Amino acid sequence: METYIAYATIALAIFMAVPLYRAVVGPTVQDRIMGGNAIGTKTTVLLIMTGFNFDRVDMFIDISLAYAMLNFISVLAASRYFHKRKGLYKEMDR
Amino acid sequence: MIILSALLITVGLLFFIGGCVGIIRLPDFYTRLHAVGTVDTMGLFFTMSGLILYLLQDFTLANVMAGLKISLIVVFFFIASPTATHAIVDAGIRGGGEPWKKRKKEGDNL
Repeated sequence: METYIAYATIALAIFMAVPLYRAVVGPTVQDRIMGGNAIGTKTTVLLIMTGFNFDRVDMFIDISLAYAMLNFISVLAASRYFHKRKGLYKEMDR
Repeated sequence: MIILSALLITVGLLFFIGGCVGIIRLPDFYTRLHAVGTVDTMGLFFTMSGLILYLLQDFTLANVMAGLKISLIVVFFFIASPTATHAIVDAGIRGGGEPWKKRKKEGDNL
């Protein structure tokens, strides 16, 4: 089971490349915010699996909880910042 | 119990794969956001359930408290993920983005 959780961690780290692709080459600004949000959701699971791999679950749960809250607040602040921005969709015509 | 835990983690990873396929394949920003906001939350729920079941193999007080904290993270995500999704969609609508429609004429599909 320990090796299974280790393999699940590796698989989850590989899946995180897809939102990273969307965050790097995404056509609009909201695509990039969404990619960051998806990466944060997967990182929350990844941190707890890392805690299982190192046998320090009680420490990594706190890190994961803090990361989840930071991710939520950062996404909220970024979307509020781009709220009244003109020319948000200019990037689509690249 | 271990088999059930491994099965739950596998189902959660399948949900994450579904979210990744949705991020790549869907045509518009709003539809992609739909895939991310719903499917990732369900994948997180199943993965965390499997990890809690694996954690509660030896039933001590510290492990029960750690499992309770993990379930608190899941509850926080069930509240926070729709809020973040709604905030991004609100920014997109007010910024002037039109939702994707199936075009009749050829050539200018996204």
